[in-house]
Amino acid sequence: MALRRFAAEQPASFAFTADNLVWVDKQIAKYPEGRQASAVIPMLWRAQEQEGWISEPCVRWVAERLGMPFIRVYEIVTFYTMFHMAPVGKVHVQVCGTTPCMLRGAEDLIKVCKSKIAATAKDVTADGMFSWEEVECLGACVNAPMVQIWSDTYEDLTPESLEKLLDAFARGEKPKTGPQIDRHMSAPEGGPLTLTEVKS
Amino acid sequence: MLTDKDRIFTNLYGLHSPGLDGARKRGDWDGTKAILELGRDAIVDIMKKSGLRGRGGAGFPTGMKWSFMPKKSDGRPCYLVVNADESEPGTCKDRDILRHDPHKLVEGCLIASFAMGANAAYIYVRGEFIREREALQRAIDEAYDAGLIGKNNVHGWDFDCYVHHGAGAYICGEETALLESLEGKKGMPRMKPPFPANVGLYGCPTTVNNVESIAVAPTILRRGAEWFAGLGRPNNTGTKVFCISGHVNRPCNVEEEMGIPLKDLIEKHCGGVRGGWDNLLAIIPGGSSVPLLKKDVCDTVLMDFDSLKNVGSGLGTAAVIVMDQSTDIVAAIRRLSYFYKHESCGQCTPCREGTGWLWRMMKRMETGEAVAAEIDTLQDVTKQIEGHTICALGDAAAWPVQGLIKNFRPELEARIAARRSALAKAAE
Repeated sequence: MALRRFAAEQPASFAFTADNLVWVDKQIAKYPEGRQASAVIPMLWRAQEQEGWISEPCVRWVAERLGMPFIRVYEIVTFYTMFHMAPVGKVHVQVCGTTPCMLRGAEDLIKVCKSKIAATAKDVTADGMFSWEEVECLGACVNAPMVQIWSDTYEDLTPESLEKLLDAFARGEKPKTGPQIDRHMSAPEGGPLTLTEVKS
Repeated sequence: MLTDKDRIFTNLYGLHSPGLDGARKRGDWDGTKAILELGRDAIVDIMKKSGLRGRGGAGFPTGMKWSFMPKKSDGRPCYLVVNADESEPGTCKDRDILRHDPHKLVEGCLIASFAMGANAAYIYVRGEFIREREALQRAIDEAYDAGLIGKNNVHGWDFDCYVHHGAGAYICGEETALLESLEGKKGMPRMKPPFPANVGLYGCPTTVNNVESIAVAPTILRRGAEWFAGLGRPNNTGTKVFCISGHVNRPCNVEEEMGIPLKDLIEKHCGGVRGGWDNLLAIIPGGSSVPLLKKDVCDTVLMDFDSLKNVGSGLGTAAVIVMDQSTDIVAAIRRLSYFYKHESCGQCTPCREGTGWLWRMMKRMETGEAVAAEIDTLQDVTKQIEGHTICALGDAAAWPVQGLIKNFRPELEARIAARRSALAKAAE
């Protein structure tokens, strides 16, 4: 459990884009009549993708749209730790720090983040570009250590390759996702030892 | 060693297309209608005979779970819910199924739903698996477009399949917490009974199965219960996707036969332990929640439910976390204690408070600041958490620490002694 609350500075209002409003209606239709509260996490996530974080007006909007009390949506936002309750950098680096990644050097990746981005987790660089935080197991343990930046993962990292990755983001590039060494997904380095007879 | 012809997940590494055409070439969606024509009871019977035990960690027989669903509807709909909230540290098998072999899961959902009288399935994917849920949605869209699922589909069983997702809460892997989350609430586990088969999603009969359990079902039904039961050992049958991480030369996922010796798994598929087998310190064999094993046990133990239970650990999710002699074992377990503290939902006091205690005491053990008597206190705290909570997260937090004390007590004592003597010297 962790202490989580709304940021001190809040925008005046929240509105989904027209496209997202259409998407919201489709989401709600996935659940039976009267069970529209089921759409709360997907809706909040779409709001975060749009705005970068979850604001108080956003929570009010979602609560009203789903017919839920404000507190029921607020407690969702504080309970689920992928929701950012304050703005983060355009490139928000989530470093997996749990034991399988730790065993393969996640602590050194955190050192890189501290020196290249900010000494403290979730502090945003002055240009608004970067921030970082340590998160719990991201489920790519055979490709440890790794980071997730928004929707994509960058795996099999070393301090050097993480620095290169951050430099590429700083230059506005879109670096290759997945393993950062010569390796295909979760297959062993050097090529698969199984499934070699499967041709299609 | 398992050969490719007996492997179920033939696109585990994503070397081929995950799309419908590719999946069909690999044998998916082949004769699905004939499987459904066997009827509900026959399908459940085959699943029982195959000996398949749930692949999510607890190892409950899948066929038996399906048979708990009501035979006749009382007016309420039935649901299949697939647990794709893969968050157990060390585990990343469902990720490969979702992104590389999603049609196996979709076909399995149709068959399982038919076998339990459900016309809808929700697949709950952990929030962090964004690309994975996009891949799964693509496969579902393809299946709808091809008339394989949906209303009036070619299989004659109306079936809707929906992708749902979480937002970063390990506890939602617990089946009733998952149902709460799916209903739009905080993921706090429910008291059982009532069990989900009676009162599950939206108060309706529900079965929650792991991704791998559902995804292997179509292949079992096509190839027969005898084939699956012929692999592995009695009561521990079939194949399993193992995830080997940590200090091995080439970490990877691999599908192998149940009951493969742990040493073979590491030497044959992962290029061995870093620095050689003798450099091994300990292995966590089934995801972070199970107690670790010291090297002497790892030399001979087999990777299945019963063998690992017999040595005081468990198969769990078959996530093998390898630690060589360079590992600070106390720090490694302390980090797991932090994980459980972070992920406790806060509902039960022994877990909410106890996981924090464990973490803070483990920090003292790591630096040697503790006094020797605290090792027993630590053990006592784990015992006060274990078995005193609604769900198994409390147990999961307790076991790694218990495993450490049982296997590495001299290491804990040595650290405390070393710090005391260093302080005494400094005072001179």
